[in-house]
Amino acid sequence: MNLDIRMPMGLMFLLIGAILTVFGLATNCDPIYAEHSLGYNVNLIWGLVIFAIGAILVFLARRATKAQAA
Amino acid sequence: MEIKLQAVDYVILCVYFLFVIGIGWALRKYVKTGTDFFLSGRAIPAWVCGLAFISANLGAQEVIGMAASGAKYGIMTSHFYWVGAIPAMAFVGIFMMPFYYGSKARSVPEYLKLRYDEKTRGFNAISFAVMTVFSSGISMYALASLFKILLGWNFHFSIVLSAVIVLIYIFLGGLTSAIYNEVLQFFLIVLGLLPLVLLGLKDIGGWDQLVLKLNEVAIGNGYAAGTWTDSWAHTGSPANNPMGVEWFGVVMGLGFVLSFGYWCTDFLVVQRAMAANSMAAARRTPLIAAIPKMLFPALVILPGMIAIAMHVQSKGTFLPVENGQPNYNMAIFAMLGHYFPQGMLGLGLTALMASFMSGMAGNVTAFNTVWTYDIYQGYIRPGQSDKHYLTMGHIATVGGILLSVGCAYLATRFNNIMDFLQLVFAFVNAPLFATFMLGMFWRRATGHGAFFGLLSGTVAAALHHGLTLPKDCVVGIKGGWLGSMHTYPSEMAQNFWTAIFAWTTCFVITILISLATRANKTDEELKGLVYSLTPRIKDPDTPWYKQPAMLGLIVVGAAVVLNVIFW
Repeated sequence: MNLDIRMPMGLMFLLIGAILTVFGLATNCDPIYAEHSLGYNVNLIWGLVIFAIGAILVFLARRATKAQAA
Repeated sequence: MEIKLQAVDYVILCVYFLFVIGIGWALRKYVKTGTDFFLSGRAIPAWVCGLAFISANLGAQEVIGMAASGAKYGIMTSHFYWVGAIPAMAFVGIFMMPFYYGSKARSVPEYLKLRYDEKTRGFNAISFAVMTVFSSGISMYALASLFKILLGWNFHFSIVLSAVIVLIYIFLGGLTSAIYNEVLQFFLIVLGLLPLVLLGLKDIGGWDQLVLKLNEVAIGNGYAAGTWTDSWAHTGSPANNPMGVEWFGVVMGLGFVLSFGYWCTDFLVVQRAMAANSMAAARRTPLIAAIPKMLFPALVILPGMIAIAMHVQSKGTFLPVENGQPNYNMAIFAMLGHYFPQGMLGLGLTALMASFMSGMAGNVTAFNTVWTYDIYQGYIRPGQSDKHYLTMGHIATVGGILLSVGCAYLATRFNNIMDFLQLVFAFVNAPLFATFMLGMFWRRATGHGAFFGLLSGTVAAALHHGLTLPKDCVVGIKGGWLGSMHTYPSEMAQNFWTAIFAWTTCFVITILISLATRANKTDEELKGLVYSLTPRIKDPDTPWYKQPAMLGLIVVGAAVVLNVIFW
């Protein structure tokens, strides 16, 4: 197998996480959004979680590539 | 009920589409041979196969359906996981995978040809191929109809969009594309549904409050308190629980016949393990899959339970109401619309879209393999080059998707035909596990025995269905078309018992005919296909936590513990 699935998957979650985070920040002052989710800015919080997961996946994929090359 | 999306939601959905197609594009240069296209070159690591193994089973219809059952029946729905999946997944990994993977069969029907004979394989291959095309067509229809109601999307647009995207990525990357997108779907489902469950639980005041609310639901429906939150306590009699089933039907019908029939013989899931990069990885595939599988009820059933509790708390406004009954199928969407603002809504929707598309892709990849290797190579053009069959695989991908689209449109006009076909498939599937079990563990089972056993099992299923009727149902598609000899408390109970009858008939007839006919394969030919004639796999170097038997013990043990906790 030549393509490590963790790389594209990680990149996708980095991007989706970033979109949610930015959207969460931009709408932080708009109560309509937080009203849905018990007052939490869930876009911001979960956007950061997804971003972190994306980062971990990319890190693991890069580490595996390096280990293979070495 | 309608869900309003904003630009941000569409952006997230588009990001997903782009990556899905991008993965197919990146994989295209690795697809050079038939093995690459149909079996991922047998080069996928165990954890990837494992996640694909459960995702292939978790289509959008299952996500929606499990939440609906969670609302309608409560935690008893978990029987479809802790009873109806985990033991069978452990069994296929420990006992059956050595024969599937070790025989180098390229598909489940091909195993039947090696083990039994041509006619048994043909019966299985043709019914399976037709079935996959129909089921992907039906789920396409279901989803497009749903998106029309919920999001106001054009029906034709939904069909064409999903068909084209799935076509592109399978055409380019073959099975590897499908498997990779199933892994992607797994992560999306977890990330999309977990915050929903957390917010819902928090809103209702935690598990203890949920139990109290669900007691109200149970009493309101005329059952004992706790019926929605105990998985076994109310299965002494079918009258005591909303599923209308008793423990024996659950254990034998669901836990044994239906579950083993699906997880151990359905090529859609088994194909994921066959793509693994080694025998050890193939055996670990279903066992790795079993771990998230047993936690999934928290993600797919619990939202339904929260939804019905909220429905009662909100005095019947949380779920849309039809004819005085809450519309359970809307449970997951009511939750999404209630707890997610735009942004997260896009993520939740993307997760559902992903589970729908990967479910469809699973059907398409299983179809193109069975069509090309078992039907085309078997009966139409044998003895061609690998390149020839690879081209056929590409054509079959296009053809399979076109046929699915055709079925989706057929479903819009002739819903009864679809119901009827699904019923016929259920009859064909019910006895299958008896054939495989005898094939793998009894070397005396013969080709004639298997074929006529399967046939009589299918007929027995049809007869049982024709002679019985669930309570409060009219004669016809629900049964009783040969006269009603017995009334079941529910449709589910009837299904379980249809399966039990079909399996038993197939089991007995296969043994009788096998004993009456001469063995059609020599012991030498059956080596690697039958348990007693295959050398045991020994690898003392594998650490204990990677050994299939150990892993199997752990997952089955954990499933038992879960059953006890939620007894």
